[in-house]
Amino acid sequence: MVAASSRKRKGKIRWSKLYSFAACFRPLTSKERLAARELIGQPGFSRVVFCNEPHLHKRKPYKYPYNYISTTKYNVLTFLPRALFEQFRRVANFYFLLAAIFSLFSLAPFSRASLIAPLVFVVGISMLKEAVEDWHRFLQDLDVNNRTVKTHISNGVFVDKLWKELRVGDVVKVNKGEYFPSDLLLLSSGNEDGVCYVETMNLDGETNLKIKRCLEASLCLNEDEEFSKFKATVHCEDPNPNLYTFVGNIEFEKESYPLSPSQLLLRDSKLRNTDYIYGVVIFSGHDTKAVRNSTRSPSKRSRIERKMDHIIYILFSMLVLVSLVSSFGSLLYLRQDMVDWWYLQLPDDNKVNDLDDSNSEKYDDRFFNPSKPVQSAGLQFIRALILYGYLIPISLYVSIEVVKVLQTMLINKDIELYDDVTCKSVQARTSNLNEELGQVEMILSDKTGTLTCNQMEFRKCSIAGVSYGGDITEVDLAASMRMNADFEPFEFSIDETDGATRSFEPFEFSVSSFSAQNGNARLTKTEGPVIKGFNFRDDRLTNENWIHGSNLFDITMFFRVMALCHTGIPLEDDNHKMDKLSYEAESPEEVSFLIASQEFGFQFCRRTQSLMVLREFDPSSMKEVEREYKLLNLLEFSSSRKRMSVIVSNEDGQIFLLCKGADSIIFDRLADNGRAYEQATTMHLSSYAEDGLRTLAFAYRTIEAAEYESWNTIFTQAKATIGPEREELLEQASETIEKDLILLGVVAVEDKLQKGVPECIDKLAQAGLKIWLLTGDKRETAINIGFACSLLRQDMKQFHLSLSRDAESNNQVKDMKEDILQQIESSYKMVCEERNKEAPFGLVIDGKALEIALRGDVKDEFLQLAVNCASVICCRVSPKQKALITRLVKQYTGKTTLAIGDGANDVGMIQEADIGVGISGMEGMEAVMASDFSLPQFRFLERLLIVHGHWCYQRISKMVLYFVYKNVAFGLTLFYYELYTSFSGEVLYDDWYMTMFNVMLTSLPVIALGVLEQDVSSDICLQFPALYQQGPRNVHFSWSRIIGWILNGVVSSLVIFLANIYILSPTAMRENGFVADIDSLGATTYTCIIWTVNCQIALITSHFTWIQHLSIWGSILLWYIFLLVYGALPPNFSGNAFQVLVEGIGPAPLYWMITVLVVVVSLLPYFIHIVIQRSYFPMDDHIIQEMEQCYKKYDVRDNEMWVREQRNSQRSTRIGFSARVDAKILSFNQQLQQKKLSIYRSVTNSPIYRSITTSPFS
Amino acid sequence: MDTDRERHSARETAFYLFTQQSLPACKPVLTPGWVIAIFLFMGVIFIPVGLVTLRASHCVVEIVDRYDIDCVPESSRMDKVSYIRDDSIPKNCSRFMKVHKYMKAPIYIYYQLDNYYQNHRRYVKSRSDKQLLDGQKYHDTSSCQPVESNNNRPIVPCGLIAWSLFNDTFEFIREGAELKVNRKNIAWKSDRGHKFGKNVYPFNFQNGTLIGGGKLNPEIPLSDQEDLIVWMRTSALPSFRKLYGRIEEDLDVDDVVVVNLTNNYNTYSFGGKKKLVLSTSSWLGGKNDFLGHACVFVGCSSLTLAIIFMLLHVKYRR
Repeated sequence: MVAASSRKRKGKIRWSKLYSFAACFRPLTSKERLAARELIGQPGFSRVVFCNEPHLHKRKPYKYPYNYISTTKYNVLTFLPRALFEQFRRVANFYFLLAAIFSLFSLAPFSRASLIAPLVFVVGISMLKEAVEDWHRFLQDLDVNNRTVKTHISNGVFVDKLWKELRVGDVVKVNKGEYFPSDLLLLSSGNEDGVCYVETMNLDGETNLKIKRCLEASLCLNEDEEFSKFKATVHCEDPNPNLYTFVGNIEFEKESYPLSPSQLLLRDSKLRNTDYIYGVVIFSGHDTKAVRNSTRSPSKRSRIERKMDHIIYILFSMLVLVSLVSSFGSLLYLRQDMVDWWYLQLPDDNKVNDLDDSNSEKYDDRFFNPSKPVQSAGLQFIRALILYGYLIPISLYVSIEVVKVLQTMLINKDIELYDDVTCKSVQARTSNLNEELGQVEMILSDKTGTLTCNQMEFRKCSIAGVSYGGDITEVDLAASMRMNADFEPFEFSIDETDGATRSFEPFEFSVSSFSAQNGNARLTKTEGPVIKGFNFRDDRLTNENWIHGSNLFDITMFFRVMALCHTGIPLEDDNHKMDKLSYEAESPEEVSFLIASQEFGFQFCRRTQSLMVLREFDPSSMKEVEREYKLLNLLEFSSSRKRMSVIVSNEDGQIFLLCKGADSIIFDRLADNGRAYEQATTMHLSSYAEDGLRTLAFAYRTIEAAEYESWNTIFTQAKATIGPEREELLEQASETIEKDLILLGVVAVEDKLQKGVPECIDKLAQAGLKIWLLTGDKRETAINIGFACSLLRQDMKQFHLSLSRDAESNNQVKDMKEDILQQIESSYKMVCEERNKEAPFGLVIDGKALEIALRGDVKDEFLQLAVNCASVICCRVSPKQKALITRLVKQYTGKTTLAIGDGANDVGMIQEADIGVGISGMEGMEAVMASDFSLPQFRFLERLLIVHGHWCYQRISKMVLYFVYKNVAFGLTLFYYELYTSFSGEVLYDDWYMTMFNVMLTSLPVIALGVLEQDVSSDICLQFPALYQQGPRNVHFSWSRIIGWILNGVVSSLVIFLANIYILSPTAMRENGFVADIDSLGATTYTCIIWTVNCQIALITSHFTWIQHLSIWGSILLWYIFLLVYGALPPNFSGNAFQVLVEGIGPAPLYWMITVLVVVVSLLPYFIHIVIQRSYFPMDDHIIQEMEQCYKKYDVRDNEMWVREQRNSQRSTRIGFSARVDAKILSFNQQLQQKKLSIYRSVTNSPIYRSITTSPFS
Repeated sequence: MDTDRERHSARETAFYLFTQQSLPACKPVLTPGWVIAIFLFMGVIFIPVGLVTLRASHCVVEIVDRYDIDCVPESSRMDKVSYIRDDSIPKNCSRFMKVHKYMKAPIYIYYQLDNYYQNHRRYVKSRSDKQLLDGQKYHDTSSCQPVESNNNRPIVPCGLIAWSLFNDTFEFIREGAELKVNRKNIAWKSDRGHKFGKNVYPFNFQNGTLIGGGKLNPEIPLSDQEDLIVWMRTSALPSFRKLYGRIEEDLDVDDVVVVNLTNNYNTYSFGGKKKLVLSTSSWLGGKNDFLGHACVFVGCSSLTLAIIFMLLHVKYRR
C-alpha cells in the first residue's frame, strides 16, 4: 500500500517544482554557520536530543518533560490552599474569617454557628465555582493532550500515540491538515525536495503559507521503513519563547550540519499542501515555543468589582467609626455610671465589701471590668466590630457569584447568539466579567478569522477601462434608499393628488433610485450554483459573453494573465468528475483568480516542470481549445517587490511577460503606449478600494526573442550567485525586464468578511465604541479590510506612520525614534487644528513603526494621537506587540478594553485586555481557551455587548448599591440601639433573625434583580445603541450614586429606629395594657426593616415578572412565616421570641400601623428623588421606558417620535457603515443641490424665462 | 394525556421564555399622572388614619405620679441611698392622685422606672430559661453569673434579673374604700404556660449577704408569680413601664385616689426615677400621640407634594 501511494505521488506534479524557478531559498551564510558552531554548548545552548532514541530521555541528564500541557490554575494538591488564599484576599472575607476566629474565643456577641455558617457557605460556593471553572480548563487540556499522532516505535512501524505521551527524540509522521504536536525538526517531507508548507496563523496570524525545508542529508528518510535504523544527535538552544530563531546542529552519519529556523516546525502550526512530513520532537510540552510564548491567564476582575472593594473600605471605616464610638461610650459609662448600677453587680473597688468574696474572685466578665476600664473598652471594640458586621455585606460576594453564574447561563442560552452553521453558541468561560461587557469603550480586533473568513472572492474587475461586476456599492444603495425614504411622504402626497408619476417630480433623485432598484435586482438575482471564491455577477462577462466585447484582444490577454501568472496547481480530485477543477496556491487570492478564470473560460488544467496548459475558449471558432504555454521564467512575489511575473511563450513562439502586482508598482512601469486605460482604471481602482476590495493590476508586454535571450543569461547568472549580493542581482535583473508594460486592467477580490460584520461594527460604533484593528497581515490588506468594515472611508483623513527608508536602513534607534516622533507630532498638530471639523481621522501604523512608537518616551504622544483618531489600524504586528498595545491603551486611557481574536497569536492580547473574546468557529482552540467569552461569530459581539453587557452592568450595579443600602439600613439600627443600652453590646434582635436577614429574607429579590432586571427590552437596546454609553460613563455606579445610596440607608435606618422607639415606648402597645419589651420591639423593628428593604427593591425594579413578584412579596411573607414557626418552637429554643407574633405583637393594631407608616416614610426620600429625576432630569432609559409605555397601544416603531428619538439617540459616529451612508447622503445632497441649481440656472437663463421675468419691468 | 402534553409544552415554553429573558412582565413607569395619584392617595389615606389615631390617643386618660423623691422623708433626703438600704426604717408612703377625667375600667396600673438599664447586656444575659422551666432539675446555671448560687446551692430563679425584682407595693383607696386591684393576667399567657414551670418553686432566693430586690413566696410556683414574669420580660429601653395590675372599677372626675405604697426599691444609687402610672387604654394601647402626629404629617406632606407636582406638571409639560 505504501508503495502504491508513493507511485501515485510520483505521478503528480510536485508543488515544490515550481520553486526551481523561484529563488526562494537563501543558503546559510558562512557567518551564520560560524555563529551556530560557536554558540552550541554554551549556556543557553546546551540541549541535546537523541533522535529516534526517546528512551535515552527518560533519565537524567537528558530528561525532558513529556508533551503534556496543562493550562489549569490549580491541581488536586494546590487547590485547597491556593483557592482559600484567593478567597481570603478579599477584604470582606478576611474580616469574616477574623470574626469567626474571634467567635471561638467568646468575644463575639453572636453564637458561633451564626458567624461561621455563612462564612463557610460563602467561601464554599466561591471555591466550588473556581473548581468547576478549572475543571473545564482541565477537560479542554485533556482534549488537546489526547489527540493522536503517528509515532515511530521500532523497525519502521508507526503507531498512533497520544500527544501527551510523546517524548523528546520521538520520530513522528504528520499528515496534511494536521497540527504539529510539538516543536519538530523537519527530517523529510512527502515532497521529493523535502519542502513542506506550514500555516502559522495560530502563531502570528499571517495567512500566507510558510515554506520549511529539510536538510539535504535527511532528504532520503521519506519512507516509514527508513526509520528503523535512523539515529542522529541534535545539539541546540535551550527552550525559549522566540518564534523566529533556532540555533543548533545535527550530527547524522558522522557528519555535522547546522540547523536553522527553516527546519523547525512549531507546535500550533499546521501542515498544508504537503501530504506528510517526518519530524523528530525537539521541544515538547511546556518547552515548546508556542507554549513558552503564552502567558498564564491572569484572573480578571471587573471594574465594578474593583470599585466594590472601595465601597467595602468605606463601609469598613464606617464600621470602625461606630465601633470606636461604641467602645468609647462604653468606657465612659463604665468609668462613671455603671458602678452605681447595683443591679449589674459589677465589682467595684469602693464597694468590694458588699460583694461576696467568692464572687469577686471568680469574676470573669471582662467586658465590664471597672478596675480595668481600658481593657474592657478594647474588648468592647472588638465585639462591636463583630456586632456591626452587618454593615459589611458578607453575602454580597456570594450573591454576586450566584447572579453571575445565572447571568452566564442566560447568555449561553440566548438563542440569538446561536450559530446554525457551526452549531455553537456563545460561551461565557468566566462569569467574573459579565458587567464589564457593559462598560467596554475600546475594541481591539484581530482581522483574519475574526472579521474575515480568510477566504477570497473574486468580486469585480476593470478590463480595458470598463468596469464589470456592478457599479453600485452597498453604501450607495443604503444612502439612496434612505434618501428616498425621506422623500416618500412628499412623493406620496403628489401621487395621491394628481396621480402623476414619480419622474414628474422635478427634484426627485431619480439617478439613485433607479440605480437602487437596479442594484436591488442584481443583488437578489443569485440563482445558480454558488461557487466558492467567485462572487461575480455580470452578464457581459460570464457565459462567454465577453466575446462580444470591443477590446477582444485585451480581454483575452487579461484572462491569460489571470490564468497563467500564479504559482497554483490544479488539484487532482478523482471523485470530482466534473469539468471544473479546484486549485491550491500559496495565497487564497491566487486560488480565487484561478477559479475566476476558469469561470470565464480559461481553465488552467495542467502544469509540468516547464509547461502550463490552458483550456481556452476561442472566440473565432467558438470552441474550447487546449493551448500550451512554455513557462520560461517565474519572477516570484515578495512583499518588497509587490509584483509577480511569468515569462511564457505561446505555441507561436511569441514571448510574453505577464505581470500582476500592486497598482502603484504596475503604473510606474507602464510603457507610454500602455497607458490607454490608465485614467478609467484609476477611477475604478479607487471605487474598489473604498469598498474594501483588494485590487491587483494586470499588465503584459511582448518580448523579442533576442532581448529575452540576453536578459535570461544575466538572470541565470544572478540566480547562480551565492552570497549576500545575490538578492540584489536578482532584483536588478527583474527590474530590467519588468518595464514598458501595457496595462490591461485591475481585478478586485474581496477578503470575505464574516456574516454581519459591517452591520455589527456599525452598531458598535453607534454605541460609542472605538474599534482598533490589529493584524499581522500586510498594510494593504489591512487597509482594504478597514474600508470593507467601514473603519476607513474615502473622505477620512488618514495618517500613515511608518519608518522612512533612510531611518530603516540606518538601523539607528535614535534616528528611527526621531523620525516617528516627527510624524506623530505633525499628525497630532493636524488633529488639533481640524478637530472641530467634520472629517474624522484614521491612523494606520505598521509593525516596525509601532515598535518604535511604543517605546518609553514616544508612547504617550503616540497614544494621544491614536486616541484622537476615529479608527486605528495596526498592521504587521507581532503577537507580543498586540498584547503590548492592549496593555498600553488600557493603562493610558484607563478605559475598558475588549480584545477579540481567533488564533494563538491573539492570545496575548486576549489575556491582556479587560475582556478577552475568542472566536470559536475556527479550528484552533488557543484563543478560546485563553478567552473570557467565546463567540462563534464576530457579529454576536453586538448583542453580547449592547444587550447583555448593558443589562448585566445595570443589574450588577443596581444590585451592589442595593446591597450596600440594605446592610447600612439594617446595620445602623444595631448601632442606634447601642446608644440606648449604655453601649453594653446588647442586640435588639434575636440571633436567628439576623442570620436569616442576608441568607433568606432579603437574598432572593436581589438575585432576581440581578438576573432578570431589564431597564428596556433587548430590541430596544439594539434600537437605541446610545443607551450603552451608560456603561462606559459609569452612570449607574458613580461615587455620587454610591454615597447617595449609603445616605439613603442611613435615612431609612434612622426612620425605622426612631419611629419604633417613639411609638412603642413607654406606653402600652395593646388594648390589654401590655407594654413592648425588648423582644416585641425587636420583632417590630425587624418587621419594618424587612418591609422597607423589600419595598425598596420593588422601587428599583423596573421589570416585574412573576419571579420578581414572588421573590419580593414572598420574602416578606416568609418573614411572618418564619416568625410564626420560630415562635411556635419550644421556648428552650426560641427563647423570648416564643409566641411573639401570636401573643405579643400580632394582635396589636399598632404593630401593623407602624409597619405601614415606617415603610412609607423611609422610602419617601428615595421616591421623591426618583420622581424629580424622572420628571425633570430624565436619563435615556427613563425616556425610552416612558415612550415605550405611552405608545404601547400602537405599533411603536411606526411612530414618528420613536424614529426621531431613535435617530437622536445614536451617537454621531465617525466610523461604521451608517457614517459612510451619512457621508454619502451629504454628497448626494450636494449633487442634488447642484442639479437643482443647474436646472434653476438653465431655466433662468432660458430666453423665455428671461422674457417672462423681465417683461414687467421693461 | 392531551392535557398532560399541553402542560408539558407550556412548561417548556415558560422555560424558553425564561432563558430568552422575555418572560411576560409588567413595567411600571412613574409617569406624572401616577406620581400625583400616589401622593394624593397617600394624603387621603394617612390624614384620616392619623386623625383616628390621635383621637384614640386622646381618649386615653393617664395619671402619672413621680414618687421616688417625695417618698423619702425630708431628713433622709441628703442620703437617700442609705435610707433605702436601711431595712429598719419603715418605707410606707402615701400619695394622692386626682382623677381629672372620667376613667373607664379597666384602669391599668404601671410602675415606671427611668434611667434603669434593664437592657444592659450583662443584665439581659444573666438568666436561665431552662431553669425557670425545669427548676433544680436543670443544673447548669453558668449563664446566671454572677447570681447563680449561694452557699454552694443553686438559686432558683437565678440570675441578675430575678435577683433585682422590683418590690415596691401599691394599695389604692378611694373615699375610704379600698379599690380592688386585679394582679392576675398581667403577664403573657404563653410565658405563664410554657416558660415558667408550674412545679418550680423559688429556692434559696435572696438568701445571700446581698439582697437585690423583692423576695418571692416559696410556696407559689414560678408560673403564678406574675410580678416576676413581667419583670423578667426585660424592657427595651432604659425608661420603661411595667404592668402592676388592673383596677376594675371606673374612676370619676375629681375622684382622689390615695395610694399607700411601700418604697422599697433602690433607684437612688443611680439616680433613677420611679413613677406610678394609672392609665386606661384604647384599641391602640396607651396614650401616645407620636403615631398620630406622624401620620398626619406624612399625609399633609404628601398632599403638598401632590399639589407641587401638579403645578410643575402643568407648567412644564413635556
